[in-house]
Amino acid sequence: MRKLAALLVLLLAACGSQETPPTFHSDSNPQQLSDWGMVTARDGALQLGEGVTPYDLATPLFTDYALKLRTVWIPQGAATYTANDAFDFPVGTVLTKTFFYPIKGDAWTGAVTYGVEHTVEGGAMSLSGYRLMETRILVRRADGWNALPYVWNDDQTDAVLKRTGAVIPLTLHRPDGRAESFAYVVPNANQCAACHATNANTKEIAPIGPKARHLNKPSTFSPAFNQLDYWIAAGLLTGNVSDGAAVQKSADWTDKSLPLAARARTYLDINCSHCHNPGGAADTSGLDLEPDAAGPALGRCKSPIAAGSGSGGRPFDIVPGHPEQSITVFRMETTDPGAMMPELGRSTTHDEGVALIAEWIARMEGVCG
Amino acid sequence: MRLAIIAAAALMLAACGEQKTTSTPADTSYQETLMTQLLDAQPGDIIEIPAGTFSFDRSLSLTVDGVTIRGQGMDKSILSFKDQIAGAEGLIVTASDFTIEDLAIEDTKGDALKITKGENIIIRRVRTEWTGGPKTSNGAYGIYPVQTKNVLMEENVAIAAADAGLYIGQSQNVVVRNNRAEYNVAGIEIENTLDADVYGNVATNNTGGILVFNMPNLKQPGARTRVYDNDVFDNNTKNFGHKGTPVASIPAGSGVVVNSNDQVEIFGNRITGNKTANIIVASVYSSGLSQDGMSEDFDPYPEGIYIYDNEMGGGGKNPDGLDLQALKIAMFGPMGALPDILWDGYVNPDKRDGAALPLTEILCVQNNGAEIVNFDGPNGFKNPRLAAGEHDCALEKLAPVTLTGPLAE
Repeated sequence: MRKLAALLVLLLAACGSQETPPTFHSDSNPQQLSDWGMVTARDGALQLGEGVTPYDLATPLFTDYALKLRTVWIPQGAATYTANDAFDFPVGTVLTKTFFYPIKGDAWTGAVTYGVEHTVEGGAMSLSGYRLMETRILVRRADGWNALPYVWNDDQTDAVLKRTGAVIPLTLHRPDGRAESFAYVVPNANQCAACHATNANTKEIAPIGPKARHLNKPSTFSPAFNQLDYWIAAGLLTGNVSDGAAVQKSADWTDKSLPLAARARTYLDINCSHCHNPGGAADTSGLDLEPDAAGPALGRCKSPIAAGSGSGGRPFDIVPGHPEQSITVFRMETTDPGAMMPELGRSTTHDEGVALIAEWIARMEGVCG
Repeated sequence: MRLAIIAAAALMLAACGEQKTTSTPADTSYQETLMTQLLDAQPGDIIEIPAGTFSFDRSLSLTVDGVTIRGQGMDKSILSFKDQIAGAEGLIVTASDFTIEDLAIEDTKGDALKITKGENIIIRRVRTEWTGGPKTSNGAYGIYPVQTKNVLMEENVAIAAADAGLYIGQSQNVVVRNNRAEYNVAGIEIENTLDADVYGNVATNNTGGILVFNMPNLKQPGARTRVYDNDVFDNNTKNFGHKGTPVASIPAGSGVVVNSNDQVEIFGNRITGNKTANIIVASVYSSGLSQDGMSEDFDPYPEGIYIYDNEMGGGGKNPDGLDLQALKIAMFGPMGALPDILWDGYVNPDKRDGAALPLTEILCVQNNGAEIVNFDGPNGFKNPRLAAGEHDCALEKLAPVTLTGPLAE
């Protein structure tokens, strides 16, 4: 009993501390994000814990223009390389993704705008002019991955576990001067699984971003390295990777020096294929948006199965040469919850992403017979 | 902490339970309670929904096997999604051994109740409704189990879905009985499903009453559906489906429609007053889909269709669509009516030994002299003909569906 009391005191002390070291919680879900010790708001910056490594993806998932900082922490061992799927991470791994916005104006009024991801220097990312929204934890426990959403408090000092998610009203100021109010929606824990259970039959949840093709790019955080090579050098990744550049490579969707099709397919891959794959939640639709899909499976001249209002009155997912007749473009443009794609994580239209897919379809040849 | 949450939830539930059943406006405080219960559910749990109207602004979801969600009645426990801002369904369930009963789901932005990839599913006395009546802006499906196995849907009510009221897709071993579907585009739709018994249902005032369809590009083609002892009448609501969706091609006034599906038995139903036709048998070629967009292994021809002993009448008087109107006038005059059964006449020219099947393996009708018109779809309606004599045959009857495991009766 006394031992238990002592343990409680210790735990309490840990909770009160400003500097919890990175910690694997093997079965309990701490109420405060700071108890994980991965990313902590302190001294005007988001501080990364000791051994917590930031990473980024060639093309990220669109989430209402939020900027994101991703981190990986592996207490023991390393992830095992796989060519196509997310790497196999050991028990104890904690991935985080922090969502934040550039603030429009001087004080926080819920007004946000576009921005570019900025970098981490000396283990910290400055928060000046930024508003933290949420940090999602993916933790690899003995029974598999668990997904936990934490919502940052008003004072921006810590984030609190919010398993039922949240709705935060914001106003987006676009660069062309348009302003639109929207509901920033933090997913609930089941909705986390809705995207991360990339195989809907096993329902096991898994990371989506840390796949070889998405990480295979010059490292933003250690500029001399290819990011995959950096993971190997840092001991985060083992397995049969002799040269990071030789594996598949997702395109940077904004890099106009790359082929249009490569940018469009990467965009569809990262935004859609976690559901639209042959074993995914959206295989009910027969639409497959993984990088190697082709023909009707990719949507060319494909009639919808159960789209309902998602058809937008258009005949096929992709009508070559005609983005304005293609369901894919309609579902990306609309913000009607009953029709939009993705179904989760988006309340605004990604104008630039829509433009990319529209241009790709506009340049396709052929007709649907 | 967990205990505290459960205690708090219990308190809130108790509070909710004291409400008057007729309470409007909707109560939003319940959202957090129910979401937490769904997240924390353990196998064997029964989540009770009290009487009252509860408002939700986001989808609900359940991923735990073995859970029952139970309300106080489809007119008492009402989950309203009128103010929904996010989520493509009202409630989405990805779990097995699931039962939901005695509640209503209203005015969702997308589908009302979707259940995917589960086994042993019971959906009973659930009402899904868009309360503004039939509108294109309504959600697509009322009750929508898809890729499920061993499923019982009974005594549900589905109203005003912009696609199908009760829709079972890509599933196996299904019983759909004693439900009521009205003012939907499709009342009841069985799609790419193996072994379904559909009986004792009422389908009225839909665009099409009961549909048995196969769609291309899916992993599982459907077969073996029995449609019997249903009341399918006056399904004459103008098609309000979204263009591009498969059901948007259903002519208003369709009673029972078979499209590209095989081994479908339609018997002992009362099918009346459907103004295009009481029964339509057709290929996907008659529904305007792109042939380029069809997977190569897809079989678009309905085969093994057996229609017998239905009570039919009063149909075909005012068919929907120019082709069918012209057909009616040409064959039966302006005051006439199309016969009870329409067949589009598409056959696989290369089904067996380089030839088509005999008509007696494609479509058999023994229905008290009911007439069939083969409207010669392949040749653009050029040589339509009355064809009952060519289809006077019997097919082997299908075995009843036997629900298994926890659903065994």
